[in-house]
Amino acid sequence: MLLIHCPYCDETLPEAEFAYAGEAHILRPDNPADVSEEEWRDFLFIRTNAKGPHYERWRHIHGCGRFFNAVRNTVTDRFLTTYKAGEPRPELDTLTEDGQ
Amino acid sequence: MSRFRVAGRGRVRHDRPIQFTFDGQQIEGCAGDTVASALLANGRHLMGRSFKYHRPRGPVTAGTEEPNALIGTRRGKGRFEPNTRATAQDIWNGLETTSQNKYPSLAFDVGALNDGLYMLFSAGFYYKTFMWPRSFWDRVYEPFIRAAAGLGVSPSEPDSDHYASRYLHTDVLVVGGGPAGLATARRAAEAGLDVTLVDENSEMGGTLLSEPQAEIDGKAAWDWLAEEVAALVALGVRIMTRTTAIGYYHQNMVGLCQKLTDHLEAPDPAMPRERLWRVRAGQVALAQGALEKPLVFHGNDRPGVMLAGSAQTYLNRYGVKVGERPVIVTSHDSAWYAAFDLADAGATVQAIVDTRANPRADLVAEAEARNIAVLDGHTATGTKGRLRVKSVRVNPVKGGSIGPGRTLSCDCLLMSGGWTPSLHLFSHTKGTLKWDEETQTFLPDRKAEACQIAGAGRGLWGIEAALNDGAAMGAAAAEALGKAAKTVSFRVQNDRTGSGITHTELPTDRHPSQTKAFVDFQNDVMAKDLRLAVREGMRSIEHVKRYTTNGMATDQGKMSNMNGLNIAADALGKPQPQVGLTTFRPPYTPTTFGAFAGYHKGDHFDVTRRTPIDSWAEENGAVFEPVSLWRRARYFPQSGEDMDTAVSRECRATRKSLGMFDASTLGKIEVVGPDAVEFMNRMYTNPWTKLAPGRTRYGLLLGDDGFIRDDGVIGRLSDDRFHVTTTTGGAARVLNMMEDYLQTEWPELKVWLTSTTEQWATIALNGPNARNLLEPFVEGLDISDEAFPHMSIAECTVAGYPARLFRVSFTGELGFEVNVPARHGRALWETLFEAGQRYDICPYGTETMHVLRAEKGFIIIGQDTDGTVTPFDAGQGWAVGKKKRDFVGMRALQRPDLVAENRKQLVGLLTEDGRTKLEEGAQIVLDPNQPTPMRMVGHVTSSYRSDAMGRPIALALVEGGHNRVGETVHVPMPDGVVRAEITGTAFYDSDNERLKL
Repeated sequence: MLLIHCPYCDETLPEAEFAYAGEAHILRPDNPADVSEEEWRDFLFIRTNAKGPHYERWRHIHGCGRFFNAVRNTVTDRFLTTYKAGEPRPELDTLTEDGQ
Repeated sequence: MSRFRVAGRGRVRHDRPIQFTFDGQQIEGCAGDTVASALLANGRHLMGRSFKYHRPRGPVTAGTEEPNALIGTRRGKGRFEPNTRATAQDIWNGLETTSQNKYPSLAFDVGALNDGLYMLFSAGFYYKTFMWPRSFWDRVYEPFIRAAAGLGVSPSEPDSDHYASRYLHTDVLVVGGGPAGLATARRAAEAGLDVTLVDENSEMGGTLLSEPQAEIDGKAAWDWLAEEVAALVALGVRIMTRTTAIGYYHQNMVGLCQKLTDHLEAPDPAMPRERLWRVRAGQVALAQGALEKPLVFHGNDRPGVMLAGSAQTYLNRYGVKVGERPVIVTSHDSAWYAAFDLADAGATVQAIVDTRANPRADLVAEAEARNIAVLDGHTATGTKGRLRVKSVRVNPVKGGSIGPGRTLSCDCLLMSGGWTPSLHLFSHTKGTLKWDEETQTFLPDRKAEACQIAGAGRGLWGIEAALNDGAAMGAAAAEALGKAAKTVSFRVQNDRTGSGITHTELPTDRHPSQTKAFVDFQNDVMAKDLRLAVREGMRSIEHVKRYTTNGMATDQGKMSNMNGLNIAADALGKPQPQVGLTTFRPPYTPTTFGAFAGYHKGDHFDVTRRTPIDSWAEENGAVFEPVSLWRRARYFPQSGEDMDTAVSRECRATRKSLGMFDASTLGKIEVVGPDAVEFMNRMYTNPWTKLAPGRTRYGLLLGDDGFIRDDGVIGRLSDDRFHVTTTTGGAARVLNMMEDYLQTEWPELKVWLTSTTEQWATIALNGPNARNLLEPFVEGLDISDEAFPHMSIAECTVAGYPARLFRVSFTGELGFEVNVPARHGRALWETLFEAGQRYDICPYGTETMHVLRAEKGFIIIGQDTDGTVTPFDAGQGWAVGKKKRDFVGMRALQRPDLVAENRKQLVGLLTEDGRTKLEEGAQIVLDPNQPTPMRMVGHVTSSYRSDAMGRPIALALVEGGHNRVGETVHVPMPDGVVRAEITGTAFYDSDNERLKL
């Protein structure tokens, strides 16, 4: 079972308190009516499917209830960092495994 | 005392005899014996039959890695366990044990016929032998294999034991209580850390228990051990015996299974049988030692053939000579000491056969001093003896050629093919291994977790080396946790260091096809099977494993992996590291389902949510059904009624006069805040701005892919407050989705979401007399049709309870839904039920609710929709706001596929004969005479007998269905094709006249 750091609670807690919520930094267009078929398709379906560091969302569903972002290495299944929703995407070269 | 018990030897209590039974026969052992050591003390090696060939087998080890000596144990009613390792089960007075895989008896077994048919059972036999004819598989081959092969019998009664689980946080978890683990624990504890030391055996000590001759810092090994354990206890180290580390998971979580009662004659009934620990450790110290490898030669599986180190354990730990006339066959120095110990205990060692040409001179000298014949540069080419080894044939090997054989008589044969570090847990972490050319084994390389590994686990040999390495590991663990630790070093006298070489199969003069040299004892995999697998094209070790089943027995390859790898690598002509190792997976040893289940069984297996009215339904004979986690009343049968009759009556009563329904499970979300209406506009398809407080609307929720996710009636209580209802199963999902959009897409909106599902009890009253019943109880509200029309909401008092009252209908009849605080739910229900008697009020359940709504064509999300249905497909286009700038799913509704012609659309179906009820899920075709496979154009989603319509009705998703109304479609069923006409979805009162009361 993973340990996950909730950036809102500032606590590292068992995975069982959290729910995975898909890839992070997929922005919903402000005015969907204006975007092309291709853009809307990409928003709905196209994902990175990264082997290695992956920007993804988690929800502290059995805790504070907040959605937040994380970088997790999909090969080692280790978190590189977690950060609040709305914060910029951290640069990968600033991160190390177990860096939280 | 039996003649195989050696007085004064071992740690068993010679003064405390224990009586137990094996296959009904009374056996005496000593307190401290395992089943295996007690049987061996009685001169008995035969303990089981193998899986495939039913060959007679005895224990090959003295520990949990045992592949052969599997028995059934019975500890009273509901306490039978198959496949218990006789080498790990302690005995106690009255324990019943039985052998497995035999008929009619262990000594004479009909299934041993298989042994003569071994050519039928070669590698991949499942895929080859039993292929043809196909029809024979079910009727002949499979029953035969099932009856003939197998591992004991399953328990036939529910497990009467209970199992516990605990969490533990500790600084250092030390796995393995041998010299390395003890030294680690001591150093870490002295550095001030919280230390937990676990070992799967009944006591700490590991290899020290088998080597009493050693002297550690001038103290006899067992004295040192006792003092050391006492010192650890004094330092506060948590010591857990009979506790196996079964798996090593992410971020230093280790699963432990602690056996608490299997070794006790009369355990406290309150005591759990086993306890599963989830340990989170700062540092994990792996000190699991090494496992001895068998040698691979013809007849290496007969009862009496055993690992030399295990024979040494039986002698020194249990005081049991495994035979009087042993022969030793070895490629490693360690087995020589087993010979010496047995000779010193009075056995007549027939010979030490070493495969190496030049064994160590000091060992040879010691053998000579004991008058033991030494045959160096020899191989073993066969054994004899049906139920117990009687002799072994050995041949000299010179320059690659095999000389003439000679036969050595013996009553046991002790073998050693060297030692394999136990790296199972280390490998669970994806720590990498590297091949060590010198010791011909894999050693730990790169670590993937905060762990240390010491002693024989990383290839070191001897007690002194293990102690010193363990102490260094303890210091390293302490330092990693920020504590200073002192280093110490140990001096050990009479240490037994040594080395050896590795073989594939031993050289033999037998024809390979006639050589039964076993690699995996339990699964009966022979060396020739592995070579056959390679010849037949298996290249990866993972394929070889699955084709031959090598390493797939309950010992998980502990005996067979390295020998299997060496032989496969040889057959492939590749070095071992290029062939690689199969993956180690938890659990380390077989673990009961009970331990994993813990408290989660019976009523505690899953949550059952009950409404405040559930107890009334139970008292009034409701039949329940599960709906997500809820249990809901399905119908209320009166005496003699089946479901159809009861539902028909409930439907009729409701449409005729009055029905009442517990709708408390409906999801409820309170949406509050200055931006609540904007939030609702963005989430739901419908427009909300113009919905006045006091009014409600049917709301439809899509995903951003345009497909229907949920629906429900939503009331606006005030400008900034909505009472949202969701489907019963969708409540949590909808709230999660709302939170997601609110938190991450529209954080600027000032809205608060609160789940109120369990705060409200909801009673639905439906039928022409609904208002007549309710009106006298309502205070503070005029509920006449003029003042409180259909789709209204208001706060008021009902029967003295504060209430939120909806005028709404899921049945097509005049309807109200009364929400009161949950604690008043049952009281209000009883009040209304009592007063409703004058209207013949009828409580109804979910089944009637389903029929009544289907008669009106109201959809159920997840039944009439399946995640690919748009509002337009479902005929709900009217609920989609046309002038909205955006809502979740709006853009997707313009996507080419979602506006395509011929999408599956929701329609009604009436069977032509007016009698046949279609089956839900049945497929629909346009032409029943087309060749199979037919083109299916849709399926039936809902189907019921309708009392109101006097015939069965159905809903279905059909391609282009909205344009096919009036056409006939066909539903092929096993007993004939059913013709049905496509209709609209509203079967009953399609003008909604009945709502206007």
